Amino acid sequence: MCTTVLTVDDSRAMRDMLRHSLLAAGFRVLQAEDGLHGLEVLETERPDVIVTDINMPRMDGFGFIEAVRRDEARRSMPVLVLTTEIDAEKKNRARAAGATGWIVKPFDPIKLVEAIRRVAA
Amino acid sequence: MDPMAAIRETFFQECEEQLAELEAGLILMESGAAEAETVNAVFRAVHSIKGGAGIFALDALVRFAHVFETALDQVRSGTLATGPGVMNLLLRAADVLADLVRAARDNGVVDETRTAALVVEFTQISNLGHELPPAPKSQPTVCAPVPTWHISFTPTPALYAKANETALLLRELRRLGPIEAVVDTTHLPELSEMDPEGAYLTWNITLEADCAEQAIRNVFEFVEDDCDLEITAAPPAEPSLKPGDIITGDNGFSFEFFPPPVFDEEEPPAVPEPEHHAPPPSPVVRQSPVEAMAAKAESAAAVSATIRVDLDRVDRMIDLVGELVINEATLSQRVLEAGIARASGVAMALEELEHLTREIQDSVMAIRAQPVRSVFQRMPRLVREVAAQTGKQARLVTEGESTEVDKTVIERIADPLTHMIRNAIDHGLESPEKRLAAGKPAEGLVRLTALHRSGRIVLEVSDDGAGINRARVKEKALENGLISPDATLTDDEIDNLIFLPGFSTASTVSDISGRGVGMDVVRQSVAALGGRIAISSRPGHGSSFTLSLPLTLAVLDGMVISARGHTLIIPLGAIVETLKPKAADVFPLDGEINVIRLRGGYVPMVDVAASLGYSDEFVELDQSVALLVEGEGGVRAVLLADAIHGQRQVVIKSLEANYRAVPGIAAATVMGDGRVALILDVDVVVKTTRSELNRPEPSVLEAH
Repeated sequence: MCTTVLTVDDSRAMRDMLRHSLLAAGFRVLQAEDGLHGLEVLETERPDVIVTDINMPRMDGFGFIEAVRRDEARRSMPVLVLTTEIDAEKKNRARAAGATGWIVKPFDPIKLVEAIRRVAA
Repeated sequence: MDPMAAIRETFFQECEEQLAELEAGLILMESGAAEAETVNAVFRAVHSIKGGAGIFALDALVRFAHVFETALDQVRSGTLATGPGVMNLLLRAADVLADLVRAARDNGVVDETRTAALVVEFTQISNLGHELPPAPKSQPTVCAPVPTWHISFTPTPALYAKANETALLLRELRRLGPIEAVVDTTHLPELSEMDPEGAYLTWNITLEADCAEQAIRNVFEFVEDDCDLEITAAPPAEPSLKPGDIITGDNGFSFEFFPPPVFDEEEPPAVPEPEHHAPPPSPVVRQSPVEAMAAKAESAAAVSATIRVDLDRVDRMIDLVGELVINEATLSQRVLEAGIARASGVAMALEELEHLTREIQDSVMAIRAQPVRSVFQRMPRLVREVAAQTGKQARLVTEGESTEVDKTVIERIADPLTHMIRNAIDHGLESPEKRLAAGKPAEGLVRLTALHRSGRIVLEVSDDGAGINRARVKEKALENGLISPDATLTDDEIDNLIFLPGFSTASTVSDISGRGVGMDVVRQSVAALGGRIAISSRPGHGSSFTLSLPLTLAVLDGMVISARGHTLIIPLGAIVETLKPKAADVFPLDGEINVIRLRGGYVPMVDVAASLGYSDEFVELDQSVALLVEGEGGVRAVLLADAIHGQRQVVIKSLEANYRAVPGIAAATVMGDGRVALILDVDVVVKTTRSELNRPEPSVLEAH
């Protein structure tokens, strides 16, 4: 079974870009449009790594990470934050919420793939 | 399509949506009706554009979006109050952002001075806010590949003797950018030979940072004399995964555009420490049936109740449904001709089919129906710009944005509306001084309304300006030889002069309203859509232009008539009533034109066949039927035909596209029996009679 990555991003272009890069790296890719949708996907899927945006409608990345961590079974699921935010305060918030790593957009697909491989168990 | 190009296209589509949301949100904020979520949505729109622009290395866009976003973030957090000045700045920034997006899309250029001026304004308002966190550095890292530095660091024993800690130096170095440090232990002697105070290690460090060499040297400032330090700049690091392994079949995919991520390796406490020095990733790229899975995942991703469909597919479907309607009509006719009883199973099934076909047609047309919002949303910007250019103050109020109309119609109303709104501000509204002198508020009001009325969409642009200066219009028309000096014109007729080709009341042709062709062009483009335009004006109170258009350009409800053996369609919307003319009610006028007495009034009568040149002979009254029709501006006429065959929905086929434009004919259609029938252009036919009636009078109305 190949590594499954859930990407959570409200931008279609960004989702396409992620999907394209991650599929090419041999990952299985799941997509969600925002935090709430991400949680829906998690009800039936168990990705190896989650890559999430911060600024999204309905439920933002912080809320999403907190919700993921609230579930005992998902405590150890790596969650990478992929965002354009470079604000240290936001980064700390993400860390406090339980994020595993922080990657600043625009991302280098190769580095992203490396980062995912590194955190995937 | 190349996947990157497709993603790029998606990005620009998404940008348009975000820009629309941005503008709508800002306008809501300006009106004071915004909720917290509106501000969030506005922020997100700019943020998304910035994020996507980063992927494609659209530097100018990223930089401006970043400044814009920073200001919006301050609004969001309440550190920046949204007074009129700030709102105005945000709205102008939205315009500039839109320009930058479009310039990036079309490889166009933008007015950089305007962008730069706005950035300065943003900086100024940021400084007004109290205790603002310093704005994040506008990301130079976004713009270019980040250089890589190779640092070879070999401490001497003296360094350790001074209680320096290499780990701290490395940590310091990491502040500049992501580092990878490899310890070279080749000089490490056997334990027995090792001097406890000796120094044997060399660190080979790769640092990715867009910094000057001096910044790196500064890190080692205190140990400079106690170590061997070599710093060399290198081209961006080769990725450890071969690009070919990862991205396949991707022509033109350039990694150089992507600066490396800042991957923060500090883990939050709640999460178990992942292995930092895991074995290098397997170079084997697994080619699993990922595409299929991704497709499945995407269906799971369809959280919203909308889907995106290529317009071509919808158009193809509309075409096919059009054919189906014709086919169904043919079948019905054949069944009728075959003498099959109405109550028979065949006829009943056929009737069912007819209902179903009609329903499918309506449903398909509904797919293409879109609210006029997308066009309306462009107008506030236009108003701002035109007002600025003309030195007038104008406020736009829109109503009925959710009124739906076929997509083809939407696409084609933007230009006429733009012209009309420009005219309303440029010619309609007075200068603030004049308005104040006239006891009006300095700020003029332009109202844009959309509504459905009897199967058509009505768009109205009205202003509270001075109204049409009829004396000036008449004078101008005389100057241009459009009317004769002795012509007596009603107010309405004078107002309508502005639609004549080449007519312009502005003494100097202004850039704003075009080169004096404004309303003429509007009228023509509207007429080409099967629409009409009317004007009403009250001196001192303003003018109002009313545009009425069919909801769709694909089908038409029509009345099938015949005239000298030719089948014709009259648009149902134009027909007021049908009547049986009596010879006693008909009076000849001026030799060629007859009028018919109708409930005390007289209406000109047109023999359809004669007007189209099918016959020179006038139809016998007692063998004909008459239809009272109403054209643009409520002008009426009675059309004479041989027979009325009933009502039918017809699929419009453009005559212009398939043949050429014919005066008096709006379009064509294919009937159930496969024959082509022409659709009458009622406005033209009615106008003809009117101009003939008024022949001694203004030649104006012969515009057609």
